Amino acid sequence: MAPLLDALLLQAGYNAALVAVGAALLGFAAGASGTFLFLRKRALVSDAVAHATLPGIALAFIVMVAMGGDGRSLVGLLAGSAITAWIGLLAIEAIVRHTRLAEDTAIGAVLGVFFGLGVVLLTVVQVMGSGRQAGLEGFLLGSTAGMLFQDAVIIALGGAVAVGLTWVFRRPMLLVAFDADYAAATGHDLRRIDLAMMGLVLAVTVIGLKLVGLILIVALLIIPPVTARFWTDRAMSMIWISGAMGALSGYLGAALSASAPALPTGPIIVLVAAGLFTASLLVAPGRGVLATLIRHRRFQHRVHRRQGLLALAAHHPIREGYTLRLLAREGLVRADGVATETGRAQAAKIARDERRWQVAREIHQDAGLTGRYDGLTPIEQVFTADEIAEFDRRLGPPKAVGAT
Amino acid sequence: MGADFVQFSLTPILIGTFAAIACALPGNFLILRRQALIGDAISHVVLPGIVVAFLVTGTVAAVPMLIGAAGAAIVAVVLIEAVRRLGRIEPGAAMGVVFTTMFAAGVLILERTDTSSVHLDVEHALMGNLETLVWFRAEGWASLLDPVALASLPEELPRMAIVCALILGLMLLFWRWLKIATFDEGFAEAVGIPAGAVGFGLVIVAAIAAVAAFDAVGSIIVIAMFICPPAAARLMTNQLEAQVAWSVVFAALSAVLGYVFAGYGPLWFGAQNAVSAAGMIATVSGVVLGLACLYGPHRHRVGEGRAPAP
Repeated sequence: MAPLLDALLLQAGYNAALVAVGAALLGFAAGASGTFLFLRKRALVSDAVAHATLPGIALAFIVMVAMGGDGRSLVGLLAGSAITAWIGLLAIEAIVRHTRLAEDTAIGAVLGVFFGLGVVLLTVVQVMGSGRQAGLEGFLLGSTAGMLFQDAVIIALGGAVAVGLTWVFRRPMLLVAFDADYAAATGHDLRRIDLAMMGLVLAVTVIGLKLVGLILIVALLIIPPVTARFWTDRAMSMIWISGAMGALSGYLGAALSASAPALPTGPIIVLVAAGLFTASLLVAPGRGVLATLIRHRRFQHRVHRRQGLLALAAHHPIREGYTLRLLAREGLVRADGVATETGRAQAAKIARDERRWQVAREIHQDAGLTGRYDGLTPIEQVFTADEIAEFDRRLGPPKAVGAT
Repeated sequence: MGADFVQFSLTPILIGTFAAIACALPGNFLILRRQALIGDAISHVVLPGIVVAFLVTGTVAAVPMLIGAAGAAIVAVVLIEAVRRLGRIEPGAAMGVVFTTMFAAGVLILERTDTSSVHLDVEHALMGNLETLVWFRAEGWASLLDPVALASLPEELPRMAIVCALILGLMLLFWRWLKIATFDEGFAEAVGIPAGAVGFGLVIVAAIAAVAAFDAVGSIIVIAMFICPPAAARLMTNQLEAQVAWSVVFAALSAVLGYVFAGYGPLWFGAQNAVSAAGMIATVSGVVLGLACLYGPHRHRVGEGRAPAP
């Protein structure tokens, strides 16, 4: 535990601290900008963008070496990757706009082809880089081993710019994500907003290449927003929750990976994010599996209780096991299924309210009130005491239960 | 085109062609059903599958690897469905969550395991080793009739050929079901076709194709071949039968041209070494798709959803 604690408190060495801070910033930027992508239902476009960076990296290396440079300058490589990723993005857009092919086909085609081209260029680099290790393969899965202060600064600056742009463009992007037709009708340029959204994603992808690698960066753009969706129904808070989830994954992941050998940073960050997602899927209030289950059980409980009491009121035998157990537990029936004193009283109340509802639906034409009759809502919640007294007057004096 | 060609190029070309066709056939239906990215997801989760298979068996034998990869593909499909239903998340995002997580797990396990003694790494999984599948015992075209030489063919060749034939056979057998279920699921259910089972079966067949091809040629070809040849074929015709035929032609063309360009292309430019064949095959398929997008006779949308005339 001690190494992990050290890493969490940024005490595990200069490089580890650098990586942890960088990963947290990257995670925040990716989570925040990925939110729009998720709401726009285009999450997998980012996968194509990420894979399309590979030929750019290799080309940038080749160009830089041809110009007499070292070829390993991070800024140069990232610039190259951004260019081909942008071309890939435009290719997807062009295919969807000008041909009959669907967007998923365009995404898959661009992803496969650009990645293939990247691999071809990588083999070219391997040959020409004889004598010097290009290390471009590190961009596939990310490599944090030799991260320089300069690299961390690039990630931090890039991440800050991405978050800033997310903030600036949040309104048009939200509008497009929720109702593209309305946005177009009110004069927003759909195409440019979409491209801006994708440009943001591209920026995050490119700055994340060094840390997480091009195959897994897409996870940081997709998993945090999906996780955040469980916790809120408000788009604005979703952006921040998603950013926080991403930052937490980045920070925890980087610390975990620094605490022991042979724990590659990128995959660990993704797995931490996946852990947060799984936990949210299970326990989040409202949309989580557990909450849904509890809600379902409560509903089932209410329905069975009411049906059981109605059966008691009508002197029908109850044969259904769950209902019997339910009523027995509340002391409404005895073990042999005969109603107790409380049971009869409760049954009488339910039956009376049922009659009141009948009257209410006869005299009230207001569907807003009587429409709330679902057999489970207590009548006292819908009508005032005066109104209920009026229903009772129309019903006449109480009669013995079952003696209609 | 002499002995050298038979020895070094014939088998990789054939394996690449079979792999391309095996992926392109189910790809036709995947793109029509808007499930093109299932191929992407499957090719990512193959990695954890083979890594776990290696952990369990301790060898890199083909059969356990294939079983592991197929198992991972099925697990992925089930998980995607579970996340989609339980979390009420749109399918694309559910897919993104599942396959990246499984891939990350695969990389992690791989890094934690001592695989120094065997040839198992991420790059190999991505890029394949098509170039190394040569036929050492061949001495010329005559070797094709020589049982001793034939016995030493790389084992990937018969395996890929069998998988390709199997997929072709299944497709022909279930052709009517596939066609109806793909175009009109409601009608298919109404006339008694189990559309759900057909859909699941299609994904399983795609997984088998991906896994078998992956073993020989790496996952790049798998992704590209699932999508590019069928997509290009889609722009050539409005007939499903013709589309499938076109896709087979495009897949074979990409495989042959890609291998030739990768092996001999650099020599034409005066370079010494060949480049990645798998990558080049994917690139050529992209060029084919690009040309189809620009000149394919049926490239435009028709009917509803058509872009307004400029």
